[in-house]
Amino acid sequence: MIPALHVEKPGLLTTVQDLGRPNAIAAGVQPGGAMDRFAHAAANLLVGNDPGLATLECTLIGPALVAEQTCLIAITGADLDPRVNGAPAPMWTSLLLGAGDRLTFAGRRQGARAYIAIAGGFAADRWLGSLSTNLMTARGGKQGRPLKAGDALSAAGEASKPTGAGRNLPEHLRPAYSDHTLHAFAGPHLKRLDAEGRHRLYSSPYEIGRDSDRMGYRLDGPKLSITGEELLSFGLVAGAVQVPRGGLPILLMADHQTAGGYPVVATVVSASLPIAAQLLPGDQLQLAEITVARAQKMRQALAAALETLRGEAG
Amino acid sequence: MRIQPLGDTALLAELGTRLDTAINTRAIALAAALKKRRDVRQAIAGYASVTVHFDPDLATHESLAAAIKRLAAKRPPMEEPGRLHRIPVTYDGPDIADVIERLKLSREKIIEIHSRPIYRVFLVGFVPGWAYLGPLPEELQLPRRDVPRTQVPAGSVAIAGRQSGIYPLPSPGGWHLIGRTSVKLFLPDSDPPCLFRAGDRVKFFLAPA
Repeated sequence: MIPALHVEKPGLLTTVQDLGRPNAIAAGVQPGGAMDRFAHAAANLLVGNDPGLATLECTLIGPALVAEQTCLIAITGADLDPRVNGAPAPMWTSLLLGAGDRLTFAGRRQGARAYIAIAGGFAADRWLGSLSTNLMTARGGKQGRPLKAGDALSAAGEASKPTGAGRNLPEHLRPAYSDHTLHAFAGPHLKRLDAEGRHRLYSSPYEIGRDSDRMGYRLDGPKLSITGEELLSFGLVAGAVQVPRGGLPILLMADHQTAGGYPVVATVVSASLPIAAQLLPGDQLQLAEITVARAQKMRQALAAALETLRGEAG
Repeated sequence: MRIQPLGDTALLAELGTRLDTAINTRAIALAAALKKRRDVRQAIAGYASVTVHFDPDLATHESLAAAIKRLAAKRPPMEEPGRLHRIPVTYDGPDIADVIERLKLSREKIIEIHSRPIYRVFLVGFVPGWAYLGPLPEELQLPRRDVPRTQVPAGSVAIAGRQSGIYPLPSPGGWHLIGRTSVKLFLPDSDPPCLFRAGDRVKFFLAPA
């Protein structure tokens, strides 16, 4: 297989991600997968792939990649100022790189995680049914680790619906990453918060703490006091807002632990997880309470936006 | 039973609030029955609960809650005894002196009590291959450490509350480390990648010197 892209610089944390390994949760393996599932799926659809193929998740500082042969790619998610041979490259658009073309990122303009898809999907190590990189166990993706300089990246095959350059997701269908409001509703243990805590949770801004990563975000802000006995451990989900004894909430993200016993007082809805995925330590967020019905509508709106990219001939 | 949303595509069905073998058996059986449904993506048994991930195009919280109540009303299948694992332990963990001090028991007595029961694997979770084992005899009950360790070596045998466990990977941890074992709990090249499964039984014994 001729490599499609040569990694000149790896960036800060660039990993191969797909939809993770939900079937391994019962073995305690983090579900994993792309943090921003919308951007991940959109990147794939733009290059004619099925939405769940492996992409590169590029965190804050993007990589420098050189095309070894002609390849069709798309960049979505965070705006890290992508450049092809130094000239600004459009995001949310399929692009044709020719042999020798150099893709770089000039710096963060908005968001945290950009996704690069290639027609056919990136080839990588499969572990427990997924190509996603699991950093804790050093499995999946590129030998279980972030990309490093000198790596060669190949497409795993052909796009299922071959297409060309210039396909685009219109701006009004992209997530509003600049608005750091995360929509949420009550978690199963909301009653363990006192009235003041319930008020604070939705009225105070929280800052993403330093010890925050793909596993979860520690939220700095007003402390919440929890009452009652320790809970027996139960299965957790991405988006759960748990409150340990110390009172500072933790928002669980893609690589979250599979089970735990801290009370879950709120859950960020699935349609807001792409927004959450675009936050970094130091960023502020605000939880806003919505109904379950509204959450379903928001989820359907994102699915409909992706649907516009399906089937359409390039 | 309390059934509540856990986000817009999952729910948590709580069958009880006690560490109880019968409730855990029901939770494991309920998870297995739910996994067969087309509208269920995953069903994960906890100690006394089931977390159900569903396909929001095929089910709602309400439709699935009704299905769970119907399934839970049925008599659970007879549980077959889980596989028995015998685990050798060297009782020289970094917290053993502290545990001796706090429980006012001799090292020999702690070894005898810890290796006496046949533990049940209540659930596998937290980190890959970690199994929550219980019930730990009351004589060894201690709250978690005030300050968790940032790094616990793989193979550490630990206790906290009415539970015991073995760290499968180097990871942070707040339990009391009383010993270590050479048995590998995390088996990355197997599927499932872990030695223990929910419902299995575990017997510790003093590793020959």
